[in-house]
Amino acid sequence: MSETTPMVGKSNGGIAGRMPKFIRRADPAVLTAFACIVLLLFLGSLYSRSFLSPEYLLQQLKVASFLGVIATGMMLVVLLGQIDLSVPWSVAAGAMMACAAAAYGPAGVVLAIPFGIFCGVLIGIVNGIGVAYLRIPSMIITLATNAVAQGLMVVYTGGFSPQDSATGAMRYLATGFAIPGVPNAVIIWALIGAAMVFVLTRTGFGRTVYGIGNRERAAYLSGIDTRRVVMIAFAVSGGLSAFGGVLLAGYASKAAQSMGDAYLLPSIAAVVLGGTSILGGRGSYLGTVAGVILITLLQSILSVMQMPEAGRQIIYGVVIVAMLLLYGRAPASR
Amino acid sequence: MKDWRYWLAEQRGTLLAFGIFIVMFVIYTSNHPAGFTANVVQTAANKGVLLAFVAMAQTLVVITAGIDLSVGMIFLLTNCLASWLVVGTPMQTTLGVIAVLAVGLLCGAINGAIVIYGRLQPIVATIATGAVYYGIGLLLRPFPGGSVNEDLADAMTGRVFDVVPASLVVLLAIVLVIWVPFSRSVLGRAAYAAGSSETAAYMSGVPIRRGKFAAYTLAGLLAAIGGLFLTFFTYTGDAAYASGNAYTLFSIAAVVLGGVSLFGGKGSAIGAIFGALAFRTIGDLLFVFDFDPLWQPLFQGVILLVAVSLGAFALFRVRNRLEWFL
Repeated sequence: MSETTPMVGKSNGGIAGRMPKFIRRADPAVLTAFACIVLLLFLGSLYSRSFLSPEYLLQQLKVASFLGVIATGMMLVVLLGQIDLSVPWSVAAGAMMACAAAAYGPAGVVLAIPFGIFCGVLIGIVNGIGVAYLRIPSMIITLATNAVAQGLMVVYTGGFSPQDSATGAMRYLATGFAIPGVPNAVIIWALIGAAMVFVLTRTGFGRTVYGIGNRERAAYLSGIDTRRVVMIAFAVSGGLSAFGGVLLAGYASKAAQSMGDAYLLPSIAAVVLGGTSILGGRGSYLGTVAGVILITLLQSILSVMQMPEAGRQIIYGVVIVAMLLLYGRAPASR
Repeated sequence: MKDWRYWLAEQRGTLLAFGIFIVMFVIYTSNHPAGFTANVVQTAANKGVLLAFVAMAQTLVVITAGIDLSVGMIFLLTNCLASWLVVGTPMQTTLGVIAVLAVGLLCGAINGAIVIYGRLQPIVATIATGAVYYGIGLLLRPFPGGSVNEDLADAMTGRVFDVVPASLVVLLAIVLVIWVPFSRSVLGRAAYAAGSSETAAYMSGVPIRRGKFAAYTLAGLLAAIGGLFLTFFTYTGDAAYASGNAYTLFSIAAVVLGGVSLFGGKGSAIGAIFGALAFRTIGDLLFVFDFDPLWQPLFQGVILLVAVSLGAFALFRVRNRLEWFL
């Protein structure tokens, strides 16, 4: 974050000098994202008065937390300069495997959530081995593992017609209230987010992630086992996607095959709109939070306006390209 | 080295893909209940050319060291559009075909403009434009339906002289009209050069931007031809998200099987065509061996994983340890 400070100061000249310190220090992309959130809330409140009610906003935050958990993993991978396109079926596999495990007696019910996450971690490890050790481009290997995971899930559900309803614990995590007034899903997102911020800013692992994203060769030459870090990051991303799937299954109280399809583009969009460079090495978790809330609000407004699915897809695509053109461009040619 | 040895080295990937396809097709037809008849070949060709067109589209972009994750969605969009426009009198049908191809060209040009002049990463940019194209397709066809000029459709999917599948003839014509001139033109050379080493190409004054832009644009056109053929086969337009994604995915597998390097600068669309035909044949092997169709997605996924892993093994190219770390 500190490296952006002089740039902002220079470009804004005198105006920046008079702004409070915390604004001067902030990333312009994160500020843009928060400004867009305020704009969306304002537009929404013009459309419907209940848009600014605490109940509605809390409901939005709860819906956002599922995307938030998934986007956290995506952000870790994007910071490395890679991408994880296996999100759709990691989400679905996590949800379906957790529900399936619950069919195997009381032990299955207890282990349902860890087992679902474990399946996502497995997918992530395959991705990680492919990217870190075999040097397959991440886009390609994650597309391929996504196809394999889909095939496995199709065979599994087709052959056995397994249990697909969520356990009580999953429902409690997604829809319950441990603290009155605050949905559990939001607490979980806050905990995962806090852990992520700690890892990224206070541990060697986090600094290494930024280092690899900037220049992997330099990180390797400074004595870091970069391949191990890349592999762990992919495993974490797979695990978080699967955990997002577990929460979604708890929210909908059952798992479905195509439940992850709607999360690939939004998770990438949330990370990128939050100012994380798609080339890696730059970005803050605060930006990702802003991106997740922005995407969720956009979705919510579009559905309140009864925009059909087609219109939503078009608006997504256009918004993402437009925001990327604003601040996600690669440097001009040599 | 002699000339033919250079030629052989250059065409190794294509020849390998051709070999794989021939072996797979022999296994397929010899186990097919109907055997090697004109009907079996026609059905296989009709299924194969759809993927072959999309794979050709993907090849053009991959050669420039980019990737187009929206080809499947352009394919869907043009399918939906064709189910509205390619109907009526011969005159209207012709105009409809031209309009559909123009839309494909435009989609490709938009991708190219965003990636090259907007300087965005091809992966994210084409995922986003793919969502837009899918959305437009869904607007056109919220439910499967529509129709197509059936005389034209039957002519395109039938047989010429009762032996050769018409779709293969069209495929050959498209290769001769689009791929051969492009790969021999300055722009085609520029696309290869940009994929091989962009900096070196830039320094030598090669028009890399125009070359890449032409590659993305022609990719849109080829995907549109694929979409047109899908309409001829199914007589309907259908914006099925899963099918668009599957075609994007399979096009990458076909490209890799066809010996096109995902790192750019190497390979040819002809290899990708054989890669596509081979991939389709491998997928259909399950049916002639009476497997449960449930296993097909897994089987295709595993082929994809193996193909891309082998094809993309940069590990084989590592000459010293530092190269391992990009």
